Amino acid sequence: MSKEYRTIKDIVGPLMLVDEVAGVSYGELVEVRLEDGEVRRGRVLEIRESVALIQVFEGTRGISPRGAGVRFLGRGLEIGVSTDMLGRVFNGFGTPIDDGPAIIPEKRLSIYGNPLNPFARDYPNEFIQTGISTIDGLNTLVRGQKLPIFSAAGLPHARLAAQIARQATVRRSGEKFAVVFGAMGITFEEANYFISDFRRTGALERAVLFMNLAEDPPIERIAVPRMALTAAEYLAFEKDMHILVILTDMTNYCEALREISAAAKEVPGRRGYPGYLYTDLSTIYERAGRVQGRGGSITQIPVLTMPEDDKTHPIPDLTGYITEGQIILSRPLQAQGIYPPVDVLPSLSRLKDKGIGAEKTREDHADVMNQLYAAYARGKSAKELAVVLGESALTPVDLKFVRYADRFEDEFIRQGEDENRTVEETLDIGWRLMGVLPRGELKRVKDALVEKYWKPEEAEAVQPAG
Amino acid sequence: MNAINQIAAGTVVKVSGPLVVARGLHGAQMYGMCRVGRLNLFGEIIEVRGDHYSIQVYEETEGVGPGEPVEATGEPLSVELGPGLMRSIYDGVQRPLDKIREKHGAFISRGVEVPALDRSKRWRFEPALKPGAEVVPGDVLGTVQETEIIVHRVMVPPGVKGRLLEIGSGELTVEQVCARVQGAGGPVEVRLAQRWPVRRPRPVARKLPQNEMLVTGQRVIDMFFPLAKGGTACVPGPFGSGKTVVQHQLAKWSDTEIIVYVGCGERGNEMTDVLMEFPHLKDPRTGHPLMERTVMVANTSNMPVAAREASVFTGITIAEYYRDMGYSVALMADSTSRWAEAMREISGRLEEMPGEEGFPAYLASRIASFYERGGRVVCLGSEGREASLSLIGAVSPPGGDMSEPVVQSTLRVVKVFWGLDDRLAFARHFPAINWLTSYSLYQNVADEALGKQVDPRWGEVRRSAMRLLQREAELEELVRLVGVDALAPADRLLLEAAKMIREDFLHQNAFDDQDTFTEASMQFRLLAVILRYYEGARQVLSEGGSLEELLTLPVRERIARGKLIEEKDAARFDAMEKELDEQLAGVNREEPEQGPDVRGSGLGARG
Repeated sequence: MSKEYRTIKDIVGPLMLVDEVAGVSYGELVEVRLEDGEVRRGRVLEIRESVALIQVFEGTRGISPRGAGVRFLGRGLEIGVSTDMLGRVFNGFGTPIDDGPAIIPEKRLSIYGNPLNPFARDYPNEFIQTGISTIDGLNTLVRGQKLPIFSAAGLPHARLAAQIARQATVRRSGEKFAVVFGAMGITFEEANYFISDFRRTGALERAVLFMNLAEDPPIERIAVPRMALTAAEYLAFEKDMHILVILTDMTNYCEALREISAAAKEVPGRRGYPGYLYTDLSTIYERAGRVQGRGGSITQIPVLTMPEDDKTHPIPDLTGYITEGQIILSRPLQAQGIYPPVDVLPSLSRLKDKGIGAEKTREDHADVMNQLYAAYARGKSAKELAVVLGESALTPVDLKFVRYADRFEDEFIRQGEDENRTVEETLDIGWRLMGVLPRGELKRVKDALVEKYWKPEEAEAVQPAG
Repeated sequence: MNAINQIAAGTVVKVSGPLVVARGLHGAQMYGMCRVGRLNLFGEIIEVRGDHYSIQVYEETEGVGPGEPVEATGEPLSVELGPGLMRSIYDGVQRPLDKIREKHGAFISRGVEVPALDRSKRWRFEPALKPGAEVVPGDVLGTVQETEIIVHRVMVPPGVKGRLLEIGSGELTVEQVCARVQGAGGPVEVRLAQRWPVRRPRPVARKLPQNEMLVTGQRVIDMFFPLAKGGTACVPGPFGSGKTVVQHQLAKWSDTEIIVYVGCGERGNEMTDVLMEFPHLKDPRTGHPLMERTVMVANTSNMPVAAREASVFTGITIAEYYRDMGYSVALMADSTSRWAEAMREISGRLEEMPGEEGFPAYLASRIASFYERGGRVVCLGSEGREASLSLIGAVSPPGGDMSEPVVQSTLRVVKVFWGLDDRLAFARHFPAINWLTSYSLYQNVADEALGKQVDPRWGEVRRSAMRLLQREAELEELVRLVGVDALAPADRLLLEAAKMIREDFLHQNAFDDQDTFTEASMQFRLLAVILRYYEGARQVLSEGGSLEELLTLPVRERIARGKLIEEKDAARFDAMEKELDEQLAGVNREEPEQGPDVRGSGLGARG
């Protein structure tokens, strides 16, 4: 039994200074015993001679320097993993909270993991069909990718994330995804939405959920994504499963990090976030990928809400620099009643080119994607012009692009929450919309493909109800 | 590593993330290497205060605590330079990632020690000198065929001078002595591999002004914002604007002999992309796989932050070493912002007084000293080899804000600025280099060099095209206010010509096998034919020709496909020009009642 110290010196926010300690190491897990017997956990953030700086996960409320005892456990923060985790719900520390039996771990793993050797990675190039046109068609997701959803308050990111979790499949393979879900500081309502949606669709059986709700201590959020990813790495790289990790909401995570940094009186970076926010986020996001010679993969969809819808805010900004693209949700589309309100132009999947094409989706995919993008961009700018000058100022060709842009939003972007489109259906919708445009404007599509797929007469046909 | 044991062993007193403070390392020097703790972690002394030595540790420090031992090796952070560097992939402190994987599996565990160069591999050393020769630093003692296309020149190390006593030959390992030189202080052994401290620039005889272009095959770069061999460039842009693709394109297609690619704090999957792609890509000039001339340093964002700080220096020292052999070398660093952030993180942990945005006050001087290591030089050695080291750094400004310290400090030293624009990226115009804000101070060098190599009108064509693009931007403003119909026909023609330059010349698809690279001569022909169209059409317009007809000339389709013409098919441009002239001549001329410059005239109105 390790020694219990009763030498707490300072308590500042979530941090405590403990004096006169010996044999303590950086990153060590700490147990704090309160007077009433409650046990909280913490981690050593800094150790200077005999003084340890400890971050208390459940918060420091009720801790008295005289009454509380501190024990150093001689190991870092770990999680016990086992395939029995599937179908279970855990709190931010990996303790089950679903009234089920305790997990008998196959092994215990440090939640900080080790960096994956870039030389051992396998390039993500297997197409994942999400059934959502704006993703499959234009911002294709591939196995091993990290593709965040940049959302904002009041936008349906939870519904979109749940739809992806429900529908994602790899074509021509019987394998199924397991989902690892990490909730950080979201409301009970949102959490309940995910759990009941997973339960309704039977996805819960192949899901591992880590829940830290808004009412739970913010500092506990720091551990959630790493708990989730450690479980995911175990399932993916030791049990050969394909794992989709959904982390929501990363903004709450970053705020918890800022809280600790401020309490530790660190030099703040932009907007008060610590200077190491990039490094910290990358140690989460980079834990996606495939490994040569292992069957499984980790695909990450972190969700974050942009404060003030601002993409240049440090959280979305640094995220965008680490992740392989982003799906951005748009308030104007939401206001038009379009679900999912994916803002196509600034959205991007960096790995799309490797996941599409004849062998993977269809030979016209790349060209269709480029053409739909370019035409929508042109249609949008023509619409802006029309707002200033009136439609009469537009050339006939530009008017066609305006019409295309409207229909694109209505038929391509818009789809039902339970509508699971195959990639062929998505591409066919694209061709139907291109039918609105004059052939000479289809510059991004190879002639042979235009011959094969372009059917302008169908553009006017009644669209199927979507 | 040879342990020099006059340095006392120390003990850890403080651990804070990647920073460890130790006491008792008497005799250790600033920037000396250390082994920290029972896990034997790799670190470097970055501050000395009295008896307290601050060490930045290149590996995760979890589990290290006060009381653990620290040992200083007495050597500054150094890299190993010798045959076997080519085709390697190293982490930020030159540990070979492929060997680490072989030995330790897919995840990088701590305390790993693997030599940078293979100790068992034997290289055929061909001596170039005979015993008795007087040698000075930089003289080539002999050569090793390192890859099919790279001859590794084994040089007399800096500081070694005198008579060659002995020279080896045949199959040698990197540790074996290949020559013995009678120096001033006694005989010096020269091995196939040498060590060099990364923070010290390798010496050269003298620097030279740039006179040759680095042809990259990227049209917007070579034609408008060219980089000279030995020049420095920066590529700043918000995320998603294609920095990494630009860097990859340059690494693939630049006509340099050696590429050093430093992935500094970037994505693991991107490095994998390079690793998987380069062995299959052929260098357009030699026909050999690109990997044969490439060294990679990969310190991805999730790898320890201190090693990220070192990775840029590791890369540039390797690059300098090949430059010293007489090669033209290009180093790509993606991204220097992550490097600067690593400095900021360490500086914060040292509790230094922060400068702008929390960056250390020495940020600008560090960046400047990095770029200053580039240049065209005369190498050490009696033969006076000329060589160059070009540096291209990506910068990732937060929020795309160009006023932030890393961009600004970089712009003060580099000569070429390729400003990436996310609006262009949204419109899928790639490379998204904004032609209005970017600049190159090597345009004069390019005009002269390519004027000789390609066509004397190189500079003239570039300037005309740029004028059109600038005029287009002005007209676009006007169009936003009054609509395109209100423009004079001549202006509408100009808009159309500028659009051709944008879509048919500037736009270049990196993922298209043919479009990905265009020879300088073909770039010139393509831009020239677009301008020929514009000049010709303007003439026809002033003679009363119909704008509508000019805008729909069938030859424009052919021009649009001109970017795919290879040098061997240059005659196709001749045919295209002929066709253009014929079609221009065939345009109907109306009676020139009024000048084409009259606003709102009926000319060109649509039916």
